[in-house]
Amino acid sequence: MSATKSTPILAMRGVNKSFGPHDVLHDINLEVRAGEVLCLLGDNGAGKSTVIRLLSGVHRPTSGTIELDGKPVGFDNPRAASDLGIATVHQFGGTFPLMTIGRSFFVGAEPTRRWGPFKVFDRKKANAIAVKAVRDFGITRIDDGDRLVGGLSGGERQSLAIARAVHFGARVLILDEPTAALGVKQASHVLRIVNEAKRRGLAVIFITHQVTHAMAVGDHFAVLIRGAVAADFRKGQKTREEITDLMAGGEAMAELEAMIEGYAASQDGHAPQVA
Amino acid sequence: MTSLRSFLYRPEAGAILSLLAVTAFFVIFGGVDLATLLGAASWVNFAANLGIVAIPVGLLMIAGELDISIGAMIPAGSMATAILSGYYGLPIVVGMLGALALGALVGLVNGLLTVRTSVPSLIITLGTLVAMQGIVLSASVLLTGSASVAVTAPDWAKFLFGQLIGGSHQVTIVWWVIIAVAFAFVVHSTRYGNWIFAMGGDKVSARNAGIPTQRITIALFVLSATCAAFVGMCQAIQFNSAQVSGGMGYIFNAIVSVVVGGVLLTGGFGSVVGIFFGTITFAVVSQGIYFTDIDRNWSNLIIGAMLLIAVAMNETFRKMALSYTGKKKGAH
Repeated sequence: MSATKSTPILAMRGVNKSFGPHDVLHDINLEVRAGEVLCLLGDNGAGKSTVIRLLSGVHRPTSGTIELDGKPVGFDNPRAASDLGIATVHQFGGTFPLMTIGRSFFVGAEPTRRWGPFKVFDRKKANAIAVKAVRDFGITRIDDGDRLVGGLSGGERQSLAIARAVHFGARVLILDEPTAALGVKQASHVLRIVNEAKRRGLAVIFITHQVTHAMAVGDHFAVLIRGAVAADFRKGQKTREEITDLMAGGEAMAELEAMIEGYAASQDGHAPQVA
Repeated sequence: MTSLRSFLYRPEAGAILSLLAVTAFFVIFGGVDLATLLGAASWVNFAANLGIVAIPVGLLMIAGELDISIGAMIPAGSMATAILSGYYGLPIVVGMLGALALGALVGLVNGLLTVRTSVPSLIITLGTLVAMQGIVLSASVLLTGSASVAVTAPDWAKFLFGQLIGGSHQVTIVWWVIIAVAFAFVVHSTRYGNWIFAMGGDKVSARNAGIPTQRITIALFVLSATCAAFVGMCQAIQFNSAQVSGGMGYIFNAIVSVVVGGVLLTGGFGSVVGIFFGTITFAVVSQGIYFTDIDRNWSNLIIGAMLLIAVAMNETFRKMALSYTGKKKGAH
């Protein structure tokens, strides 16, 4: 590791973003360190997606800087960001449903072997590496690299995408609402994988509007409201109710509380560990 | 059981089963002698000409694009060969290279327009289809004063591109098999094939994974237009003449063959073997009917029904493949 422990891997310093006359983000300051999970919370339309697009190289900030290992960087495109180790996994895994696990895992980086004068795709090797990579993340139900990705459950697809990013050398994982479309059990799979990524020393930016999921894995929390960081605090400094209040601004409280109670009920009344 | 399942999960399963079903139908209800049907040249010749175009068209469909300009490129290839080598008397090589170069050029235009604009490739190639028909007709009338031009090819060219093997089977059958094997190798055994499937699955993710999606798209359009021009060139050499019309039927026939062959219309799924068998199935239905007692006016009904059944089958097998959870779980 070239950077010291105290240098954040990825940071946003005073970032503003506007699309024409619309100011979408105001003075965003965020940072994430190795082995740490930063949870980015916010209601729909709070600007979470724009933050992801800036960090993953889809857009560039209007002003302010993005720093990688303490040095300012500019990403020309998503490819440039992923080459520097910043991997973004989208809600539905961003993978190819009609390709096999082995083939989709290696899209753009296919292992080849010689066959006479030709270089051919090494299916066996691709399948073996892909299956091992997801199994190492604890998804032991995947044992056949010839299965189609579209046949996996939502949680398995997320896990495959995360395992793929880690395999190809990601240092920062940006997870865009990975649990939003999942059932409780599937979501807990994904949360376990987030913890595993953290244990391996990756920096994780976990975007969600589900407070309970955030509290299950987060070390550091930032709440976005209308394009600005409304609160920035560490694990244990605020209760679930306080965070929910912050995010919703009181308006959507009833709905959110119902959601949290639904989660607690499905966990035999146990709320997730907070401290 | 396992081998049956792994067969059914392949994209070509529907095409092969359709072929067997259609052949059985002709034998049982049409009173066809199977040996006569298998030995007949008409459907094989038909399949070869169609198949050389259907394979690259199918690859474009796997990559999420469509090329219908092939309908104009077949007569364009014929006319280029005939005008250059027949009307102007240049060596046949010039005519052949001219035809292929014209194909590459139109494919390049299709490809560039597709990657540079957000217009769907169906519309772009509809434009080039109509435009090329205009160009070929005008150029032919302007240069030669006729819409039909004669050409005489030397023996070696005739031997390679225009001979009838055994007096009945066109040499294009050999080219079709060679092209099919070459494409099958590239698509299923090299990384480029993986890229084509990824592009059809999700173009943005494919680009982010480092695949040169624009270059591959352009290359596929160049291939399909060039293959169409190649078919036209072979026809001109074989029949010693070229006409500006014809070729439109290939658009519809190629798309039916590709879809019967298990390629998903929206891209991301399919196989060269499937397209190959889809083409044979289509050829057997449209030409095999002449060997039956069935009134040939019914052939379009059979093609329509076969298309729907094959697509339904492909859909079912794809769903089964998606729900397949691994080889260790035996029966379910």
